[in-house]
Amino acid sequence: MMDLLFISAPYSGYVYPNETVFPWGVLIVVYPYLTGLVAGAFTVSSLYQVFGFERLKPVAHFALLSSLCLMVFVPTPLLLHLGHPERALNAMLTPHLSSPMAMFGYISLFYLLLLIMENWFVFRPYIVEQGQRRRGLLGLAYRVASLGSDDLSEKAMRYDRKWIFALAIIGIPAAHGLHGYVGFVFGSLKSREWWSSDLMPPIFLFSAIISGTALLIVLYVVSCWLRGVRVDLACLKTMGYAMWGFLMFALLLEGVEFGALVFRGREGIDVIMEFVRGPLIVPFFLLQFSLGAVTPILILSYLFWRGTKGLPMAIGIVVSAMLVMFSVLMMRYNVVIGGQEIAKTGKGLLTFQFEVFGREGLITAACVLIAPMILLLVMVRVLPPWHDPEPERA
Amino acid sequence: MADQQGPAEPKPGRRSFLGFLGAAVGTGAAAAVAEATGSGVVAKAEAAAAQPAPNPNIPGYDWSKHQWAFGVDATKCIGCLRCVEACKTENNVALDAHHFRTWVERYVYLEGEDKAHIDSQADPVNIAASGSEAHYRFANRYQDAKVEKAFFVPKLCNHCTHPACVQVCPTGATFKTDDGVVLIDHTYCIGCQYCVQACPYGARFFNAEKHVTDKCTWCYHRITKGLQPACVEVCPVGARVFGDRRDKESPISRFIRENRVEVLRPETGNAPNVFYIGIDKEVG
Repeated sequence: MMDLLFISAPYSGYVYPNETVFPWGVLIVVYPYLTGLVAGAFTVSSLYQVFGFERLKPVAHFALLSSLCLMVFVPTPLLLHLGHPERALNAMLTPHLSSPMAMFGYISLFYLLLLIMENWFVFRPYIVEQGQRRRGLLGLAYRVASLGSDDLSEKAMRYDRKWIFALAIIGIPAAHGLHGYVGFVFGSLKSREWWSSDLMPPIFLFSAIISGTALLIVLYVVSCWLRGVRVDLACLKTMGYAMWGFLMFALLLEGVEFGALVFRGREGIDVIMEFVRGPLIVPFFLLQFSLGAVTPILILSYLFWRGTKGLPMAIGIVVSAMLVMFSVLMMRYNVVIGGQEIAKTGKGLLTFQFEVFGREGLITAACVLIAPMILLLVMVRVLPPWHDPEPERA
Repeated sequence: MADQQGPAEPKPGRRSFLGFLGAAVGTGAAAAVAEATGSGVVAKAEAAAAQPAPNPNIPGYDWSKHQWAFGVDATKCIGCLRCVEACKTENNVALDAHHFRTWVERYVYLEGEDKAHIDSQADPVNIAASGSEAHYRFANRYQDAKVEKAFFVPKLCNHCTHPACVQVCPTGATFKTDDGVVLIDHTYCIGCQYCVQACPYGARFFNAEKHVTDKCTWCYHRITKGLQPACVEVCPVGARVFGDRRDKESPISRFIRENRVEVLRPETGNAPNVFYIGIDKEVG
């Protein structure tokens, strides 16, 4: 019976007996990945709403809606991981203020409300129009969603724009705070050398921005293809530029952090180097670094240097975006799982055992990642976010 | 009782929260009373509000009168592992090689080598020697080697003065009692395992049956009745010492006073309350 309750990890060297069961599995890999996508998608939307990147107009509302759909599912990996999910509200009822995790409920609730509000203001004209036009249950739903605020005069719209601007501004620190805080959850622990770093929050932040931008690039192109409309190449190129720039910065931060860790060479560095030279070669050096980060940087650099246009550019950017999304997922894996593979004794290494089925298995993790996409598929029908340059078919 | 993590009553997270509410209500009530009857009553109400936190609901026990601490004399430990067995039985800990409230490490320096060979009773070789994960013994694996130096180090929760596990607990389910013990309220823990990550000593584990975290309580159910922790009680050589630091003549007070003691990983700032003598540079 007992062997069904937990999976123990094989190890080498000396590890504490209790360390052989990993506290955090793939769901805790998915959790920072999801919050990162939320923050990244919001950043794209804010680049238009706040910073006036007009070229991003075709995806601005789509980015906001994507951020909301992702945010709705952010608590799910945590709830699935908890031993007692029915007690999850304890952390909000009696928050233990010294814990970085205690504020999660409040920060994410605040951000969720902010996202709902900004989405409501952005889509209010559509909601009002649909409420007036449609009959039946759907019409009623739109009328309820308009909250009785059906004034679409120029004055009212000006008022709305003010709100959207304000919410987008508040949303920038909120979205990035939410994700920077996730980095702090790991970086603040002194028990694991692999995590314990002041650079962890900014590293999480920049990887969040690139993953969210990459997701939008892919979703935007897929949505255009599904709807049969022309991809706005200027918009795509701007997102490609943003991803390129932030990617270089994210890579630099990770390099600095790793360099400092090796240079400091504190107790346990021998085993960390053994980890780096052995088990980390495929998930980090090959997948996250070479394939996921260096390859897209090279592709994008080539495209922008040569001034590639049209379909080849679109393909290059989309391929790069997919690689970046994969790279960031691997980064979450290498942080969360990698950190636990290095024993706290500083004298041994553990090997994570994948679980396929089960509450914390790979299938559950995949479902948690796919669920927001399904919700988004529904939401773009309820609240179409498209701003297409021309209605003709591509 | 054996499988309980400490008393059911005290929950500082909630207690301080309720205390805060109580103080607020109390202040309001005191103000109302002051208007009606004068300041004498107010002083009484304020005195009531300033009273120390309530004791655990254990008859005849006052946690404000004790300060528990633990000592390990590694020079005495013979690695018999009766402590591990007693702990598992006393506290109903899962009988497998991955869940321990206490364990014993063996450090062996072979001739010509600079680094110790380290294992615990959970090592596969030692399990093979004992015949089962529920039985504990150290295999005689170095009988053909030239051993230069060897010793055993019992490990357990350090019940730190600044416990990293308590710091990170999002709900306050794990807390430090007034008598110096770190406990977990199993009815309040959400099972996030952040505390398991935060403990630098590997003292915490996830109780897969109760879906909450678990660890050594210094046998809180025993020490609050005047008994010794189970591991201390069964140690045949007196390698484990336990007592009240408030009592200057208690075994632990004398242990700390009469020896040059050290703690594990002092650089973490956790300030452990398990004091060691006879450990070596590689012990952490």
